[in-house]
Amino acid sequence: MARTTPRPSPARRAAAWVGRDGWRHLVMAVVLVFALFPILFVVSAALNPLGTLSSSHLVPRSVSADNLVELLTQTRFGAWYANSLLIALANAAATVLLSAMAAYVFSRFRFAGRRPGLYGLLLVQMFPQFLAIVAIYLMFSFVGDHWPQVGFNTRTGLLLVYLGGALSVNTWLMKGFFDTVPRELDESAQVDGASHAQTFFRVLLPLVTPVLAVVGLLVFISTVNEFLIASVFLRDPGAKTVAVGLYGMVADQRDANFGMFSAGTLLLAVPVLAVFWYLQRYIVSGLTTGAVKG
Amino acid sequence: MVQAPSGAGGPSRAPARPPLPGGALAPSGSMAGPAAKIGLLGLAAALALWAVFPLYAAGQWLGVGVVAAATALIFYVYLSRRTVPAKYLLPGTLLLIAFQIVPVVYTLSTSVTNYSDGHRGTKEQAIDQIEASSVVRTEDAEEYTLTVAARGSAATGELVFLLTAPDGTAYAGDAEGLTPLEGAEVGPTGRVTAAPGYTVIPAGEANARSAEITEFAVPTGAGTGIRSSGFTSAYEGRSTRVYDSGCDCVTDTETGRVYAADDERGAFVAGNGDRLAQGWQVNVGAANFARFLTDPVTGASFFGILAWNIAFAAVSTAGVFAVGLGVALTLHTPRRLAGRTAYRLLVVLPYAMPAFAMFLLWRSMFNTDFGLVNRLLGTDVDWFGEPWAARAAVLLINVWIGFPYMFLVATGALQSIPRELVQAARIDGAGAWQAFRAITLPLLMVAMAPILVATFAYNFNNFNAVWLTTAGGPFPPDNPMAGATDLLITYTYRLAFGVGGAQYGYAAALSVFIFLIVTLISLVSLRRSAALEEVHR
Repeated sequence: MARTTPRPSPARRAAAWVGRDGWRHLVMAVVLVFALFPILFVVSAALNPLGTLSSSHLVPRSVSADNLVELLTQTRFGAWYANSLLIALANAAATVLLSAMAAYVFSRFRFAGRRPGLYGLLLVQMFPQFLAIVAIYLMFSFVGDHWPQVGFNTRTGLLLVYLGGALSVNTWLMKGFFDTVPRELDESAQVDGASHAQTFFRVLLPLVTPVLAVVGLLVFISTVNEFLIASVFLRDPGAKTVAVGLYGMVADQRDANFGMFSAGTLLLAVPVLAVFWYLQRYIVSGLTTGAVKG
Repeated sequence: MVQAPSGAGGPSRAPARPPLPGGALAPSGSMAGPAAKIGLLGLAAALALWAVFPLYAAGQWLGVGVVAAATALIFYVYLSRRTVPAKYLLPGTLLLIAFQIVPVVYTLSTSVTNYSDGHRGTKEQAIDQIEASSVVRTEDAEEYTLTVAARGSAATGELVFLLTAPDGTAYAGDAEGLTPLEGAEVGPTGRVTAAPGYTVIPAGEANARSAEITEFAVPTGAGTGIRSSGFTSAYEGRSTRVYDSGCDCVTDTETGRVYAADDERGAFVAGNGDRLAQGWQVNVGAANFARFLTDPVTGASFFGILAWNIAFAAVSTAGVFAVGLGVALTLHTPRRLAGRTAYRLLVVLPYAMPAFAMFLLWRSMFNTDFGLVNRLLGTDVDWFGEPWAARAAVLLINVWIGFPYMFLVATGALQSIPRELVQAARIDGAGAWQAFRAITLPLLMVAMAPILVATFAYNFNNFNAVWLTTAGGPFPPDNPMAGATDLLITYTYRLAFGVGGAQYGYAAALSVFIFLIVTLISLVSLRRSAALEEVHR
């Protein structure tokens, strides 16, 4: 078609480009300004050697690594960082395994208590978990008296509290994805003599990788961001997570440690971005296929 | 493309054997399964033994029973051949019960009590505390050398007095009484410098807690107690308020006033209505629930907060949906759009930044004097000081945090809609907007509705978004408990842990209310979006 029409004038081509693609670039420019200027501000504040809020600008006026060095030497950021990563990775891995197991059962088996179980998971999730923090606090005072290894100030104890929520909306998301895998696949495997465990681990899990990746990422991000339970649970300076530690830096409104805080924020974004980058090909399909099927 | 089960000697390679009925339970010939099962059961048994020993030593028979029952259940489920669903559900369910359901049930039971500061323990503990905190120094008072310590952190841990008697014996004193202190290191002045299990509070931090230390009293028996005089010495004195079990009352020997026990309110009350600060925990029934419905002050703020809470969740959800879908539609074109991959990655960046830190950062950007927003715009708006400015700021921040996620979801949903449908509509003469309204949007909503409901429920209780930015403020001058941007959850948190003394019972009742409201809204909308249809299959 294009070959038979005469070449339009440059002005008309420009107008056509604006009508077709140009407006998209214009919209994206506006969106990117909105999306990126706070991030630009963090970068700028992290590089600004003065490190106070009032001296921070959108574009850095001078650049140094002072904040980073101070963060790593003056605070126990390394320990916090290790705590956060360890807890988030362990929680993501365990949650993915536990909720995949539950989703497999809810998707493939029909048993008494299946519907109440699925509804119950949704209901329990709607109780704001940290309003039970007083109860959790008292529970772990008891636990700490008898088993100090999992009481307050231990990563294992905090992980246990987080794992209480392993079966949750995630199970629903995964179940939706499991439902899209044809049943004939696991039925034929079972006719061939595969046990239910073999069906689960060798047939189904490889087919649902996208949703495993998505749930893992969501849990990882939300664990890194979890602040309230961690602040009650980990009170020794060395046992904190990054969220608790960084909050302490700017808790008072003076914000004298603003540069260090920004440097810490950027360091924390690095592993999240890395996981994100690694999993990105799964994310779009994992998020939506599960959702389509409820 | 399915990976066939590759267990050694899998039956698929043995055509002589016909497929077994109930193949799921047929022996596979692999040793990995049984070995894993034995290993896991062994681990469960070892954990149970480890868990039960301290309970046994402490005589916690109920706890021993719970551990035994859980272990028996685990063994039954994994050794039985008939409980296949339970095998997959048990680990997650046990964790769910222990760390979600038990706390929720405990919260429910707290909501019908007066549990709060001053009403924490039993009546006996309250009496001990009343007697101990009313001691006055007598002439023959025994003097102790005092070291203020805490269990856990020096700033927030439970206070403990480490006491050295004149004869050099060291004791630990808490609200329960005195216990001999073992393994303490005592310095030359008689002060304890270190003791296992306790954190000695340095002078600087003791200053910060001085009010608490002055109030602190160690009961030592009927009518006596130990209180501090300064941070380095303490004395054992005689109580001026004494409990008499005959009249079930406390008599103040100095003023002669009598405080009678009120077992319905959990407090000792004098004839003129004065009550002693130390009370005990009692069941108050529905009083907490009735309180904010009948009390005009809390009632008004409750419904005001509820209205803003619903608006906050609705506008946040609508905002992230509109921006996220808008961006997804902008990038959704069958042609090659230059830079699309770069756009996608950059737009998602806010989602990958740590949200709690970005909330704090936005708080700084809205700072009136030094904040970036005012400096860039050249304005002087007191963002967090004006109710509507603060609300607008919180909503803007929340949309910034949330829209990239909605963008990802919308991108996936758009890609799953067949292009032919839209093309057919366009050929039939529909405009771009008409085709979008009639074809794309309805199909999109099928996929997005459950996610929108979940987003609404999430934002309804989005504690961080408010607490880390405005902390609920600004507050009206006449009510420091309910701010303009407070959500129910931040309001409840302030009640439960706030400066006006902790009111756990009341806060628990509010939690139950929040739970009911969110459940109702979510169930209604989920039903309407038919997302639960799948369960009925």
